[in-house]
Amino acid sequence: MMDIFVEKTLRAPGGELTLRVKEHLPAHQLVGLFGKSGAGKTSLLRTLAGLLQPEAGKIVVDGATWLYTAAGINRPPQERQVGLVFQDYALFPNMTVRENLAFALARGQDPRIVTDLVELCELGNLQHQRPTHLSGGQQQRVALARALVQRPRLLLLDEPLSALDLEMRQKLQQYLLRVHREYQLTTILISHDPAELCQLVDTVWVLADGKIIARERPLVYFATPPPAVPWQLKGKIVTLVPQQNGALVVMQLGDEQVQVWANPALAATFTPGEWVDIHLEAQHIQLKKTDHQP
Amino acid sequence: MVHPIQAGLSNLPPSLREAAYVLGKSPRTTLFRVLLPNIKPSLLTGIVLAFAHTIGEFGVVLMIGGNIPGQTKVAAIAVYDAVESMNYPVANTYSLVLFALTFVILLLVYLSNGGYFKSWWP
Repeated sequence: MMDIFVEKTLRAPGGELTLRVKEHLPAHQLVGLFGKSGAGKTSLLRTLAGLLQPEAGKIVVDGATWLYTAAGINRPPQERQVGLVFQDYALFPNMTVRENLAFALARGQDPRIVTDLVELCELGNLQHQRPTHLSGGQQQRVALARALVQRPRLLLLDEPLSALDLEMRQKLQQYLLRVHREYQLTTILISHDPAELCQLVDTVWVLADGKIIARERPLVYFATPPPAVPWQLKGKIVTLVPQQNGALVVMQLGDEQVQVWANPALAATFTPGEWVDIHLEAQHIQLKKTDHQP
Repeated sequence: MVHPIQAGLSNLPPSLREAAYVLGKSPRTTLFRVLLPNIKPSLLTGIVLAFAHTIGEFGVVLMIGGNIPGQTKVAAIAVYDAVESMNYPVANTYSLVLFALTFVILLLVYLSNGGYFKSWWP
């Protein structure tokens, strides 16, 4: 559980901008932070990590006060138990993948977690390589694994998947979800991609000009009205409900269940537990009483 | 020594330092385990430039006890003495030795920073 209140004046390209955020974040939630560039998303994340000092603020995580400007409390990043995945991954070039992870160990911490994370993020073949020899997706996995070594209370992800192609992005989204659940994390993810947010997060916070203007379930926020540009999402079939002329396919999409009707021929090819691609496009069909009967 | 190291440090992405802090590492640990190992070329350049500068040092050595007969003598002063005593062949030889030494050292540094030795010591 986390209570956040921060206030900070930022210098944005179009003049000054006041970041003012007051939010409550329940434990084990995955929250998406959405908004235009320069809205203050990264600054909010950096403030939570202790890398940026707000003018006023109070951050309490599970009863521990990380920041309380009125009482002069401001814990440095080292004492905040935060996992942060940077946009540029910030892997240490002088260390191998395994050394990067081992470096993150706290003093006296059981080193077995490094091996566990190497397995979880499928880094076994890469563990003795230097980060400069890895692809973007591989570096992203290393950065994620390294952020988890100290078992953080709060995982912060700054657009971790923005530089990757769609296939790699969808694969890594599943990693993120798995890691988030397995380690029972509270996670804040910055993303510009509505499809990605629908796939991953429980709640989306929409940040505009330094203020959070909406907090909503992502499908509710992004899919009403339906998107003008087609989206491709991945859903896992939970069950097929037979209907008179076809079947209702019930799919798990992040934390939401979505039902889509399928014709008999298509429905016959599906089995529960299978992953399917969901194409979503604006298709507004509306019926109205007409004034003129032909 | 200061300039190459300063330039090397400021060329490193700030996220490296911040990543180490977020991982709970002190500024000292961050400096020795993350920052300095990643500016090795700048460190080497700094050390060698300081050395190359010192090998030709003249004024300070002349003033402060760098010329105790039979005990200490630096190359630059040896050249100066040889010129003063009109012993030009010796002065030329000393100069050539100085030139060759500094040339070879700088050549090695630039080859090393350019990654020329990487194929031998990966």
